[in-house]
Amino acid sequence: MAIETQPQFHVLAVDDSVLDRKLIERLLKTSSYQVTTLDSGTKALEFLGIQDENSENAVSVSPHHQVNLYISFFRKKTQIVLLFCNLMVLIGFTILCCFQEVEVNLIITDYCMPGITGYDLLKKVKESSSLRDIPVVIMSSENIPSRISRCMEEGADEFFLKPVQLSDVSRLKPHILKKSVKCQDENQNQNKSVTTISSPTNNVSGNKRKATDEGICSERIRPRYSAGPVTIV
Amino acid sequence: MASAPFKAQLTDLLNSMFAMDFLDEQFKELQMLEEASGPGFLTEVVTLFCGDAERIISQLDALLNEPAVDFGKVDANVHQLKGSSSSVGAKRVALVCIKFRNVCQENDKEGCIAALHEIRHEFDELRKKFQTMLQLEQQIQDLDSK
Repeated sequence: MAIETQPQFHVLAVDDSVLDRKLIERLLKTSSYQVTTLDSGTKALEFLGIQDENSENAVSVSPHHQVNLYISFFRKKTQIVLLFCNLMVLIGFTILCCFQEVEVNLIITDYCMPGITGYDLLKKVKESSSLRDIPVVIMSSENIPSRISRCMEEGADEFFLKPVQLSDVSRLKPHILKKSVKCQDENQNQNKSVTTISSPTNNVSGNKRKATDEGICSERIRPRYSAGPVTIV
Repeated sequence: MASAPFKAQLTDLLNSMFAMDFLDEQFKELQMLEEASGPGFLTEVVTLFCGDAERIISQLDALLNEPAVDFGKVDANVHQLKGSSSSVGAKRVALVCIKFRNVCQENDKEGCIAALHEIRHEFDELRKKFQTMLQLEQQIQDLDSK
């Protein structure tokens, strides 16, 4: 029986072209990544649990795609039903989190997409306190310097010109590992600070909250046990 | 081995496609990926490209037949086709797409119609060769698995 010693990193790939999605999926799987592919920025935001102000669906917490569709249906009917559904989703999501992690170690997205562009997605991720540390890579078929610098200024970790090749994908791991090490360091520092806090009560609860946040961060470097690669189109 | 003559035919076909710029280095990347992941990937990608290209060419035809041509939509479609053809390594189709975008940006309807005609010709030639390639690969697979 083979024992997995290396954690398998999970990449979210977003591209409206079915051909390019197939290609990036194959490139990533060949490089031993677990891959989820999505065909739009809107679906990516839903998957990541980021609220999209342009979307009809105003629910801010639900990474599960099918639950989003359920909530979206009821929203049109009545506000009370929507609130009830949101509550159920939150409870369900909490329970789900106890048994299964769906976390993303890197996002790679096409720049030019209808609706929410790759640039919009990048901005939303970097504005999110819980997701801003996820490395984001932009892909584009056009070599436009102003576009490239705009993306890098917004926090993109890499900008790949299409067609993306295996040599490009080999540049992803350092970005993922850099973030993992950062989380590990922060977690270790936090563990040290928690042991030195005694009173007052406010400080203790504050640090416990911070420790919980760092707990989420440290889980990123734990070996993964999720169900396997998912393709949502 | 029974598949040897078919393998030789396939090698000749691919060599000529590379020599005549029907295919470029990107196609070799796809071949490498197929070697790494097992058969089926190239077939899938080539089939997706052909379907995509046919759909876009039909769309372009319809757009250019409008009394008032929406050059923005034409450009968006050509951009998509250029992307797909680059991704699959279809060099000649990608080059004609670049020419097409240039005339489109000048709102030159006659130029666009001529470019579309050229794209259709290049794509038809490429598709025939892809079909032969896939048939040969299937024959090789069938013979090797016996």
